[in-house]
Amino acid sequence: MTDAIVEYRGISKYFAGIRALENVDFACKPGTVHAILGENGAGKSTLIKIMSGVLQPDSGEMRLEGKPVAFATPQAANEAGIVCMFQELSLVPDLSVADNISISSPPRRFGLIDRRAQVRRAEELLARVRCEDVDPNAMVRELSLSRRQMVEIAKALGKSPKVLILDEATSALTARDVGTVYDLLAELKDSGVASLFISHRMHEVEALCDTLSVFRNGQHIETFAKGAKSEREIVQLMIGRDVEAQFPPKPKPVAPEDLGDPLLKVRGLSWQNRLNGIDLTVHRGEIVGLGGLDGQGQKELLLALFGVLRDVEGEVVIGGKKGIPSSPAAAKTATTKVALVPEDRKTEGLMLGMPIADNLLASSFQRISRGPFIDPALSRQAIEDGISRLQIKAGSASDPVMTLSGGNQQKVVIAKWLMIDPDIVLLNDPTRGIDVGTKQEIYRLMRDLANQGKAILFYSSDYAELIGCCDRVSVLYSGRIVAEKQGDDITEESLVAASLNIDVEAA
Amino acid sequence: MHQSRLTRWFFQNVGLASALLLFAVLFLSYNMMHPRGFSAAVAVQNANETAAIAFLAMAQTLPVLLGGLDLSVGAVMTLTNCIASELVNGSPAQILFGIVVTLLSGAAFGLMNGLIVVYGRIQPIIATLATGAIAIGLALLVRPKPGGDVDGDLGWALTNSVWDFADTYGIAGGGDAWWIRPFADIPVPVIIVLLVTILVWVPFRRSVTGRTVYAIGSAEGAAFMSGLPIERAKIAAFTLGGFFAACGGLYLAIQTSSGNADIQQAGAYTLNSIAAVVLGGTSLLGGVGTAVGSLIGAGILRVISFYFRILDIDPLLQPLIEGVVLLVAVSFGAIRTLRVKNKLDLFR
Repeated sequence: MTDAIVEYRGISKYFAGIRALENVDFACKPGTVHAILGENGAGKSTLIKIMSGVLQPDSGEMRLEGKPVAFATPQAANEAGIVCMFQELSLVPDLSVADNISISSPPRRFGLIDRRAQVRRAEELLARVRCEDVDPNAMVRELSLSRRQMVEIAKALGKSPKVLILDEATSALTARDVGTVYDLLAELKDSGVASLFISHRMHEVEALCDTLSVFRNGQHIETFAKGAKSEREIVQLMIGRDVEAQFPPKPKPVAPEDLGDPLLKVRGLSWQNRLNGIDLTVHRGEIVGLGGLDGQGQKELLLALFGVLRDVEGEVVIGGKKGIPSSPAAAKTATTKVALVPEDRKTEGLMLGMPIADNLLASSFQRISRGPFIDPALSRQAIEDGISRLQIKAGSASDPVMTLSGGNQQKVVIAKWLMIDPDIVLLNDPTRGIDVGTKQEIYRLMRDLANQGKAILFYSSDYAELIGCCDRVSVLYSGRIVAEKQGDDITEESLVAASLNIDVEAA
Repeated sequence: MHQSRLTRWFFQNVGLASALLLFAVLFLSYNMMHPRGFSAAVAVQNANETAAIAFLAMAQTLPVLLGGLDLSVGAVMTLTNCIASELVNGSPAQILFGIVVTLLSGAAFGLMNGLIVVYGRIQPIIATLATGAIAIGLALLVRPKPGGDVDGDLGWALTNSVWDFADTYGIAGGGDAWWIRPFADIPVPVIIVLLVTILVWVPFRRSVTGRTVYAIGSAEGAAFMSGLPIERAKIAAFTLGGFFAACGGLYLAIQTSSGNADIQQAGAYTLNSIAAVVLGGTSLLGGVGTAVGSLIGAGILRVISFYFRILDIDPLLQPLIEGVVLLVAVSFGAIRTLRVKNKLDLFR
């Protein structure tokens, strides 16, 4: 492939003797949108980190437009025209949007940063990503996650990339922004930019990319044009084994009169202007999904039920007892225990630097203590149970949890909460950014928990998951539930229509 | 959704704005209570006593913006104070040479701190604890006993009003030229501090290096991923901190006409510099704040001690009252946590 804009030959990278990439050949042509697919731990992140100068390969050679290159820092890669938009956002919260967009090479006058030119530049770039509503003088800390991601895209565009790497760039975006990103990628493609697109959302890959590359276990398995393989074949390439049905079978719907009293009953729940009178019930044995566009109050609803929010109004009955838990500590120790698997596992779910064992035990110290002291035998038993129950793939329970892959980290979070034997499990987008194999394990686990009589409230930004997993789905729109779908009514059309708050029949 | 510039400035700089307000209230009521309030003599005296801590507060701001602490600022001030007491005298050329050497030695000491932190990969607080002791040791070598000699004219000119400055050196018609009259009563130390701020701090803040300092304190990972010069910025921050500390040491030598390797004074100045930075609205977590705020914070600290002179309070109570005022002042920063509706925000 001589027409490639970037070309890699025989790239290998090892971490403490463990293979992350081995002898990878990879190339990317200008004017294409190229998807990189693979489970977590397949080597995608290592590859893009090498491309963007964050890591240096142990062996192998890189060529940019035919000339051999090596990047010691992200700065060097940026200057050569390879720009990466990282999944963990690279914005500085305490600087303004304009500062962030021009952070590494701001416009200058007399050697000093020219703030006015910088604001103009930010306005132009924000207009290109159709985010005119973002004020260039606002602090990044004041913006929502989806706005930050758009600012990140504007920042990357500002570096006039030849190769643009988007690592889970759409994971937090609203539907409208995803549309913007689609258009933008088409535009970049026409102007000869090569875009590398990493996403766990198959439908995005289908819609956007013209070439697909599959990685598995640190190796480049295959590259092919879009449409050359079916979705099922692609998934098989990624996990290297046959996949059974993606979702575990649902039980037959129970007639409403046979359900009995709900375990969780919510009436008129309101908070600030984010929740505006939510009505909801969840029974034992049920998986209830929360749908809708990102940022319509789903996360706030889960946080409210877990006692994180102050001044919540409305009526909540949990296991026959009125009232919202006053704090997470109260939620997990009540007669009807509530557990929340939070949105961001890295900050709210885990203490990354601490051992897997300590993370697993973090919520259930009272169960493994005798008097004021932690009992070593009980805790060892609890750790073993947790690891085996979720099949966490870890070398040793004393390793820091950050050494695990994303999927296994998420399993640690879930195992931690299952250890308190909760009655109500709140899940906030638990499969975000994790691999297909682990996703399926989580789906099965959810169904098992429901069958054991637990009530599950499940928010997902992926419609397919809601359709595949849930007995009922409530769709939120600006802090209200606008539709509730059951059984066969849970379809992609009905969910999308409801999340845009439009009535399909009427339209 | 675009707010007016003033509202935006206020909401993005609540700490600085409240420090400014607190300082204004304290300073004005002090002058109203003082029998000779609002006079040039009182202003000159106050400014002289504030200049050194003001420079140290600026010096401390930079490491704090990075998310660290510099425990050597007081010691570097003491060291440069002793150096100045040896060198800043003689002919005008010798005086200039002495000033330059003093300032450079402070900057060099800061540079060493920066190199140790960056390449030794040692946390600033512990690295500077060690280098601070080294600085004191060097100061004792330079000046085992208090004393020294600083040019008298310079001492007089820089510690009085602008009129006295002009009078001493016979410029601007000995201070009577029409264009200097509006400034005649302003204390020279105020001018010096403002000049250093405008000539050093303001350009630094508007440079890529300066902005990188903020970015590091706010989110070092993001700064790295954005390809910012992290190592250079850290070294520059400590070097500049050393320079500001040297300004403080030099001023102290000029003010007292002597040098003194006083260990306790060095420690007290270091702790006060941290208090001034916090009072000035700079976050100890890094990334938020300005050296201008720290100047105001230093002013607040000093005005509190001035009150003891005019009010009939037992001087023995001074540390206690200063401690309470500091605690109350920084508590205002914690008030926001009462308004937080999402408890998770408390941990961000």
